[in-house]
Amino acid sequence: MEMTSLYLLVPLAPLGGAILAGLFGKAIGRTGAHTVTILGVAVAFIASLVIYFDVQAGHHYNGPVYTWLQSGGLKFEVGFLIDPLTVMMMLVVTFVSLMVHVFTIGYMADDPGYQRFFSYIALFTFSMLMLVMSNNFVQLFFGWEAVGLVSYLLIGFWYKRPTAIFANLKAFLVNRVGDFGFLLGIGLIAAYAGTLDYHEVFAMRLDLAATTEVATGWSLITAICICLFIGAMGKSAQVPLHVWLPDSMEGPTPISALIHAATMVTAGIFMVTRMSPLFELSDTALSFVLVIGSVTALFMGFLGIIQNDIKRVVAYSTLSQLGYMTVALGVSAYSVAVFHLMTHAFFKALLFLGAGSVIMGCHHNQDIRYMGGLRKYMPITWITSLLGSLALIGFPFFSGFYSKDSIIEAVHASHIPGAGFAYLAVILGVFVTAFYSFRMYFLVFHGTERFDQLPHDDHHAAHDDHGHHSAKPHESPWVVTLPLVMLAIPSVLIGFFTISPMLFGDWFGESVVIDAIKHPGMEELAHEFHGPVAMALHGVMSLPFLLAMSGVALSWFFYLKRPDIPEAIKQRFMPIYTLLENKYYFDKFNDFFFAGGARLIGGGLWKAGDQVVIDGVMVNGSARVVGWISGLVRLFQTGHIYQYAFSMIIGVFSLLMFALFWTSGT
Amino acid sequence: MLENFVLPDLYPAAPELFLITMAMVLIFVDLAFGKTRRWVVGLLTVASLFGAAVITVLTADGQTTLTFSNLFVDDLLADFLKILTYISVIMVIIYGRGYLAERGLDKGEYYLLVLFATIGMMVLISAASFVTLYLGLELLSLSLYALVAIDRDSSRSTEAAMKYFVLGSLASGLLLYGMSMLYGATGTLEINGVAQAVNQMQTPKTILVFGLVFTVAGIAFKLGLAPFHMWIPDVYHGAPTPVTLLIGSAPKFAAFALAMRLLVYGLLGLALEWQTMLLIMAIVSIGLGNLAAVAQTNLKRMLAYSAISHMGFMVLGLASGILTLPANPYVAISAYGAALYYMFAYVLMSMGAFGMILLLSRKDHEAENLEDFKGLNQRSPWFAAVMLILMFSMAGIPFFIGFFAKFSVLLTLIYAGHTVIAVVAVMFSLIGAFYYLRVVKLMYFDPPLDTAPLRSSLDMRILLSGTGVAVAWLGIFPDSVMLLSHEVMKSLIG
Repeated sequence: MEMTSLYLLVPLAPLGGAILAGLFGKAIGRTGAHTVTILGVAVAFIASLVIYFDVQAGHHYNGPVYTWLQSGGLKFEVGFLIDPLTVMMMLVVTFVSLMVHVFTIGYMADDPGYQRFFSYIALFTFSMLMLVMSNNFVQLFFGWEAVGLVSYLLIGFWYKRPTAIFANLKAFLVNRVGDFGFLLGIGLIAAYAGTLDYHEVFAMRLDLAATTEVATGWSLITAICICLFIGAMGKSAQVPLHVWLPDSMEGPTPISALIHAATMVTAGIFMVTRMSPLFELSDTALSFVLVIGSVTALFMGFLGIIQNDIKRVVAYSTLSQLGYMTVALGVSAYSVAVFHLMTHAFFKALLFLGAGSVIMGCHHNQDIRYMGGLRKYMPITWITSLLGSLALIGFPFFSGFYSKDSIIEAVHASHIPGAGFAYLAVILGVFVTAFYSFRMYFLVFHGTERFDQLPHDDHHAAHDDHGHHSAKPHESPWVVTLPLVMLAIPSVLIGFFTISPMLFGDWFGESVVIDAIKHPGMEELAHEFHGPVAMALHGVMSLPFLLAMSGVALSWFFYLKRPDIPEAIKQRFMPIYTLLENKYYFDKFNDFFFAGGARLIGGGLWKAGDQVVIDGVMVNGSARVVGWISGLVRLFQTGHIYQYAFSMIIGVFSLLMFALFWTSGT
Repeated sequence: MLENFVLPDLYPAAPELFLITMAMVLIFVDLAFGKTRRWVVGLLTVASLFGAAVITVLTADGQTTLTFSNLFVDDLLADFLKILTYISVIMVIIYGRGYLAERGLDKGEYYLLVLFATIGMMVLISAASFVTLYLGLELLSLSLYALVAIDRDSSRSTEAAMKYFVLGSLASGLLLYGMSMLYGATGTLEINGVAQAVNQMQTPKTILVFGLVFTVAGIAFKLGLAPFHMWIPDVYHGAPTPVTLLIGSAPKFAAFALAMRLLVYGLLGLALEWQTMLLIMAIVSIGLGNLAAVAQTNLKRMLAYSAISHMGFMVLGLASGILTLPANPYVAISAYGAALYYMFAYVLMSMGAFGMILLLSRKDHEAENLEDFKGLNQRSPWFAAVMLILMFSMAGIPFFIGFFAKFSVLLTLIYAGHTVIAVVAVMFSLIGAFYYLRVVKLMYFDPPLDTAPLRSSLDMRILLSGTGVAVAWLGIFPDSVMLLSHEVMKSLIG
């Protein structure tokens, strides 16, 4: 098959599945819906594999598939850029998506919106693939917005729950802020480069770097990069635009795994990596990225410690890990960021699906205070979650170890402003990560069985379709455990096998551009790298490992050995606890300042502007005028033929007068 | 003299000759089968049009060929417009079949008149001289007058036909008068000759301007631009709906050809004069059409006013092709291409909208009032969706074909420096959106007055669905037809 048609097949196969399941869901039934979508995503995955081998053979591609519209000098095209970075993202997206599709069969088995759900996640896969495969900013933006839309739809999937509606609105609004910056960045590029094609823009990057923005006098490239990064902050949930991600856990767990952990939220990381030729030219922008990333990495980790909802713990850990990736971007270690993106996609999807499996096993209870001792009842979930947690905390030889340690090393080697703070943040973050991860792990799988203490309030009853509360937890069906096992394999192994080519080989080739003179960090790393085994052995004696181990030990001591201590600490350090409990008051501030302020302004405008000017004068006024004129026109349409003829004569006469006196006069 | 007679090159006129022959054949077929098997006549008409389409495609070579002593021209514009005309007329026949049969109007005359009207349009489209132009126009117009009155027992129809006839004759008179003046000023009836003569004159003579004004008035009548629009609501309303559908579709392409041949080919030297006239009439039409449509309760009348405003919009494209003389080919191509694209989009949408009226109509009930569309969503969600697409597209909502048609015209308008006019046009379109959206509101939010299930033939359902899908599809992928329109104009202006 022609390669370009194969490229087209990758996004179109899931789209076909989404259309079939969405529009004809009733006709094809539940089995039909999951068959077509899984088939679509499986085709996309296999095609991605074929493309992967083709790319490895050295065949890259960059070209338009379809010119949608031409306006002025700008072309709006659908086009693909197939290079190692793209194909890696394609594999991650299609693989995780496929696993999540299979998982969903079990997780959503009793949900009335079964077909709708499958249609949405297949649509998401399509949008995400369009995003990563794009060779221009328009399509990137299309994919960017499309994944945002599907995320919105899925967070509010249970649209009868007010909290879900609140959460999806919040996600939507916060992402608007980020998208606004993103759009400004694209606009700046279009205005100054005159093209929206990646490679044409990159070819002009040195000219752009030499330009200053006319109106403000800022360095153009810095302005572009910061604007683009604001977009990434929204999508990849960086402080202060992170507030939507924890709330997005209102959506069903499979999408938390797919969208809000593995793929969509990493779109920002991917985008900055893709734009590395531009970011490399602005140290200011890189420092900005670095500081934002390190704040996110550390402070979001703290929040994970006090959460009791199993999904929220994983959500905060996602935030923190996204912070790590952003830090890597900030120190020009793009390949490391993407490497962590990949390993994180696997182990975080695993942890989320594991959490989903636990939630199913506990009859849709999500509170880890009422779990405990589940390892007896859910052995597969237990083992896979343990593997996932070990990968997350960076235990040597696990995939997370390679990526996270590389980030820490890269930060250590960097000298750009902010690197010192970032190093502190990421190293402390290791301890925090280990602590909250194993706190959750111990509370869920070890210790005393507390699931019969669950208070029987109606809070969670709304979506509990099982209806047998008193029953013991049970292991999930094979459609749920199979994806766990399938995800556990790369979570453990992929780092070991891919670190050499991805970080220190020439796998990424020209997809990632690093100014080695200004940012020599990656070269220093490569110098010290002596193969994955040596790195792991060395890792056992390094500071991050000790911190991680002490985090695990401390959580064991606190939550299994002496459960009274956390309570005592909580009492002693109440102010800090309150601060964390309120998530640093970001939500309160936003509610008060932005939402309240907007309401105040809106209210004022509504009273003065809307009711008086628009409704009163413009809408009703113009409606009245329109009505009056149209009545007048009707009056002329008398039906008398002589009047019609007369108006024609008048018309000719006026035209004649006009032509003779007006135009000849000028 | 006979020894000097040379047989003219018949090849460029092959489709016309074929259709004329078929019209003769049809008269006899109608005699034989007209009483017993009426469908034969209809089928043969459609087959003839298909045949003409095939011939047109086969003989299209992209070259400009003159024949019949420079009276007749075959070029890419002619081929393109003729093919669109065949498609429209075929659709008209299929849409109207059931309606006419229920009322006993599907007589042989109907098909013959439609065929003659088509021949008239084709001659008009291919005219290279004032004589052929007028010949085609009259053949078209006379057939249409008769068609409007085909339901002889309906007083409304005969009244409409009478008005159309009288006003149409007046317009023909104006056009003829204008052409005679142009002849007097330039000494030739050939459009190419007129163009050369106009270009050679240093300053436009007053007599040329006189001729121009009358010519423009004639064209404006045919397009239905204000203040020459008065016939449109009455005729659209009065004629049987299939005839309204015909008047609202294919002849628009002929009228476009009329404007192109006379103004762009013949009087390009006077472009700065006629562009201003067209702009004024266009903006008045857009305003008047949209404002008057708001007050209508009859859908056919509403669509008639909407046609006036759409034609105004199309003319905005025609009126922004020339910035300075001599013409800048790039600007001219994109402006006339936009106008042609708009015409295509409008005819497609308007056929769909009138088709919906035919779909809802029954033997004893004309579904031509707005309230007939109430609650359509409950009766047929699919056709409610088709109507929604059509109305959204007519209102210019992205992403339907109507949006891109408006968009490309506005772009050329702004490029020509008429930003204020563009803003005004958009404002009126905004007012226009009201009455289109009202139809949507009625369909989706009001309870149906009539709960009878829709009855219509399969071919009509398919065609109507296809129209709706095409309007949506060409809105998402607008480039194919747009490039084609530009290609046609490029071959002319080059």
